Amino acid sequence: MSFFDLKGLLQPLTGIRQFGNKPHTIKFPDQTKKTADRYRGLHYNDLDVCIGCGNCSTICQNAAIDMIQLDGIEGKPGDSGLRPRVDNGRCCWCALCVEVCPTGSLNLTKDYIFVSENPDDFLWIPGVKNPEGKNNLSFTSTTETSLSMYQRVPLRELDPHDRVKSFAEVILGYNEEEARLEAQRCISCGLCTEVCPDHMHIPEYINAIAQGNDDDALRIIYDNNPFPEMCGKVCTRRCESVCALTHRGKEFDPGRDEGAVAIRFLKRYATEAYPTAEKIKEIVNPEIKEANGYKVAIIGAGPGGLTAGYYLALQGYDVTIFEARAHAGGMTFYGIPKYRFPEDSVDKQVEYMEKVGVKFKYNTKVGKDIKFEDLHAKYNAIFMSVGFQKAWNLGIENENIPGAISAVDYLGKINAGESYDVGKKVAVIGGGNVAIDGARVSARYGADVTILYRRRIEDMPADWEEIEAAQHEGVNIITQAIPTRIIKGDNGKVKAIEYLKAEMVADDKGGRPRPVAIEGSETILEVDTVIGAIGQEGDYSFIPETFQKKIQIERGRILVNEDMQTGDSKVFAGGDSVNRRADAISAIADAYKAVKAIDKMLMNK
Amino acid sequence: MREKETTLYIGPQHPGITGNMMVKIKIKGDTVVSSSTHVGYLHRAFEKLIEQRNWLQSFTILCRFCVPEPDPMELTYARAVEEIEGREVPERGKWIRVLVMELARLQSFMLWYGGQSGSAGLYTLGQWSVGDRNYVLDLFEELTGGRVYHMFIWPGGVRRDLPKGFKDKALRTMDYLEKRLVQYNKLLFDNVIFQKRAQGVGIIPKDKAIEWGVVGPPLRGCGIKSDVRIDEPYEVYDKLDFIVPTFEGGDVWARALVRREEIKQSISIIRQVLEKMPEGEYYNKIPNPMKWKIPAGEAYVRTESVRGEVGFYVVSDGTERPRRVHVKGAAYTHAFTVLDKILPGQNISDVSFILNSMGACPPEIER
Repeated sequence: MSFFDLKGLLQPLTGIRQFGNKPHTIKFPDQTKKTADRYRGLHYNDLDVCIGCGNCSTICQNAAIDMIQLDGIEGKPGDSGLRPRVDNGRCCWCALCVEVCPTGSLNLTKDYIFVSENPDDFLWIPGVKNPEGKNNLSFTSTTETSLSMYQRVPLRELDPHDRVKSFAEVILGYNEEEARLEAQRCISCGLCTEVCPDHMHIPEYINAIAQGNDDDALRIIYDNNPFPEMCGKVCTRRCESVCALTHRGKEFDPGRDEGAVAIRFLKRYATEAYPTAEKIKEIVNPEIKEANGYKVAIIGAGPGGLTAGYYLALQGYDVTIFEARAHAGGMTFYGIPKYRFPEDSVDKQVEYMEKVGVKFKYNTKVGKDIKFEDLHAKYNAIFMSVGFQKAWNLGIENENIPGAISAVDYLGKINAGESYDVGKKVAVIGGGNVAIDGARVSARYGADVTILYRRRIEDMPADWEEIEAAQHEGVNIITQAIPTRIIKGDNGKVKAIEYLKAEMVADDKGGRPRPVAIEGSETILEVDTVIGAIGQEGDYSFIPETFQKKIQIERGRILVNEDMQTGDSKVFAGGDSVNRRADAISAIADAYKAVKAIDKMLMNK
Repeated sequence: MREKETTLYIGPQHPGITGNMMVKIKIKGDTVVSSSTHVGYLHRAFEKLIEQRNWLQSFTILCRFCVPEPDPMELTYARAVEEIEGREVPERGKWIRVLVMELARLQSFMLWYGGQSGSAGLYTLGQWSVGDRNYVLDLFEELTGGRVYHMFIWPGGVRRDLPKGFKDKALRTMDYLEKRLVQYNKLLFDNVIFQKRAQGVGIIPKDKAIEWGVVGPPLRGCGIKSDVRIDEPYEVYDKLDFIVPTFEGGDVWARALVRREEIKQSISIIRQVLEKMPEGEYYNKIPNPMKWKIPAGEAYVRTESVRGEVGFYVVSDGTERPRRVHVKGAAYTHAFTVLDKILPGQNISDVSFILNSMGACPPEIER
C-alpha cells in the first residue's frame, strides 16, 4: 500500500455528502430540546403534600439536600414544617430522593436549564422556586417503584371462633423475624415522636429492633416509659396516625392502619422478648441514686402513678403508692379486658418497679383508710393520678334498676375476678373502646350482644380493629340508634331497651354530622342487661374541701401548670383527671413531667 | 547532530485521555525512549467513598469510574451485592440489563471513533460519530432519564421498565447507525492515512499479552479469543447469538478492527434483546435502603466492558455498608504497565494515538 492508493485517498472525500444532512444540533434558544418523559431534570416538590420527613435529605449521598423552615408553612402533627432545599451544585440527579419520598411529593421535572450569576441562586427550594414544575413532571415515583415499604407485616391473632371461648390474649404479636422485617420499614423521620404525648424515642428503638439489638431497644424504651408492655398492647398510638408511610400506604390498607409502621406492636415485641422482671432489671440496669431522704406519696397505681413512682425511685426518693383496690394498674388492669392486656403483663411490670424500690400500699383508699391531710403533712410531695372512676349516667328512665350497669363497673368486676351474670341478651350503649370492651367481654360469657350507637360506624371513637374484632366475634352493631328508656320487667329487672332511629344531619357550622332522632321510630330490643359506656368522670371526694379549693378543680378536672403542679405547691397531678386525652400514654407523659418538676422543687435545682 | 534526550509530559490535561492522567516520556529525536504513567490527578477515593455509604447509595458513585461507559460498573457492583445477598433478578430485569450494557458499549465505541480518528488528525469522523452517539444517548434518556450517567442498574434489577415505544425507536436508531457505519468505514478504515498510522504501531506481542494482563479489545486484537460474556456468561448472554471477533497483529489497526466488528455485534445483540425480551417483573425490590443489610460474605464478579474485564470484589460484614469494595478496571494494566512496555521505540506523534487504542480510563486506575 502506498500513499498513491487512489481508493484510500478518494474514499474519505465521499464524506462531503454529509453537508446535505440535517445537523445533530439545535439552535438554542429558538429551539429547545424536548426532553424524555423520564428525564431527570430539576426538582419539584409539592409543598402541600410534603410532610418534611427529611428522607430525601437522609438518602442524598452528596449531602445536596437540607431541610429548612419556610415562611407560611407551620409544623403540625404529622408535618415537621420543614421542606427540602436542593443545592444544585452538589446534586447529581440520581433521583434517589424521589425513590424514597414516602409521600411522592418530591419529583424531578423535564426542565434542565437554569442560569444565574449569583451562586446562592443554585440553592433551590423546589416548589417555591419553580411552581410551574408541577405541570412538567418527568421522573416520578409510584408505590410500585418507590423504595418505601408501604405494606405492614401482617399480625398473627387468634381465630375469632376460638377467642370468644376464653379470655386468652387475642393478638399474638410479632415473632422475631416479623419484628425485624416490620422495623425495617421505618424511615426514622421522627414525626411520631412529636405527637407521642410522652415523646418516646420511637425511631431509635425501632432502629435497634431492626438492627437485631433488642437489649438496646428495651433500654431506650425504658428511658421515658416504665410501662411499655401496656403501651405495646393497648396504646391509642397517635404515633401511627402520623407515620410518613400512611400517606401512600392508604392504597394498600385503606381505612385501617394505612400502612403505618406497627410502632405499638414493635414496642410490644421488644418488651415481650424479656419474660421476667429480673430479666428486665438485668437488661435495663437503671442507675438508682442514693436515698436523698425525701418522701413522695402517690395516689393511684395507674399508669401515671406507676410512672411517677418508678422515675422518682430512680432519683433516690422514698416513694409510696397508695392504691384503693387490690391490684396495681388502674384502668389498665380494671378497665381493659384480659384478652387485650393479660394480668401477668401488669404483674411483670409492677414487680420490676418493686425491684427498683417503689413501695405499694394496696386496699388503701385515700380519704377513707388514710386521710389526705395526713399524707400532705407527712410527705414532701404528692402526685395524684386517680383517673376517671365514675361512669356517666345514660340519663334515661330506669337506668338504676338491676340489670343496668356501667361498663366501668362491669369490667371492674370481671377483671377483679368477681362474677356478674349478664344473661342471654346484652345491649351496650356507646361507641368507644370501653363500649367495645363491654361487648366483647359479654360475648365471652356467651351472650348475644348488640351495641347501640348514636352515629355511624365510621364515627365511632373506638379503634377500627376493636370494632372489627367485635364484629368477628359476633357482636351486632346498630348504628344511628338513640336509647330512650329501659323497660322494667315484672321481676323488677331489665326487660328491654327502647331506642329511636336517627338520621344524620349535616352541621351548618361545618362540624361532623349530628344524629337527629326520627319521630315515631321507636324500636324495642329485648335484653337482660344494659351496659352503659358513654364516658366517665373523676371522683375527688377523697380530697377535703379546704384542699380542693387550694388545688383548684374546675368542671371535673384538676388545674395544673406546665410542671403539672396544682394550686397547692406540694401537690402535683396528672392523667385523665388533668388532661383531656383519656389515654394511658398521656398519663405516663404527665407523670414524667411531674417527676422532673418534683425533683426540681425538692432538690432546689 | 548529537541527539539529546528530552523529557515530555503528555497530560494531565490532554484530549487523548479521558480523565486526568499523565504520561511522562523520554524522547530522543522524535522516538520514545521510555515512558512512565503518572496518576494522582483525580483521586477521589471511590472505594473509600463506597464504604462510607449504604449499599444502595453508592450506586450513584459507581458510574463515575468511567465516564464513557459507566454501566458495567453499576452492573458489576449490583451483581456482586446480589451474589452475597442471594437476591434473584427477575428475567425481564436481566434482559433490560443486557440491553443497557450493549447500548453502553455502542455509545462508548462511537466515542472511541472520535478519539481514535481525532488523535490521528482525522477530525471529521469524530464530529460524525460523537453526533451520532447522541442518538444512542437519546435512547438512554428515554430509558433511564439520564444521558451520560444512567444510574439505572441497581441491586435487584433495574429502576424502571422500558418506556412506551422504546423498542421501535431503538430499532430505528440501530438501522440508522448501521447505515452510518458504512460511511465511517470510508472515512477511517478505507483512509490511507489511518491505515498508515495504525498498522504496525503500538504492537502488543501475542505471547506477552496474557502475562501483561491485557484484556478486552486489545487482547482480541492479539488474536486471543477472550470475552467474559462468552467465557462466563452472565445475565442472559448465553441466550444470545453473537461472535467475539479476533484479529491478529496486536497493533492499533487490529484493535480498531476488533472494535469495528464489535459495534456490529452490539447492534445485533440489541436487536435480539428487543425481539426476545419477555414480559414480566423487572425489579426485585430491596427493603428500605436505610436499613438494608447484606449478610456477611464476599464476592468477586466480573463483567465485560469496552475496555475489557471489569471486576468488583465486595466484602460485607453484615451491616448496612460494604466493608470493602475493590475495583479492578481494565485501564489499570492497559494505561499503566502495558503502555510503559509498548511505547518505547514509537514515534512521539503516535503516543496519544496508541493511548487511545488501549482504552485508558484513568478513574479506573485511581479508585
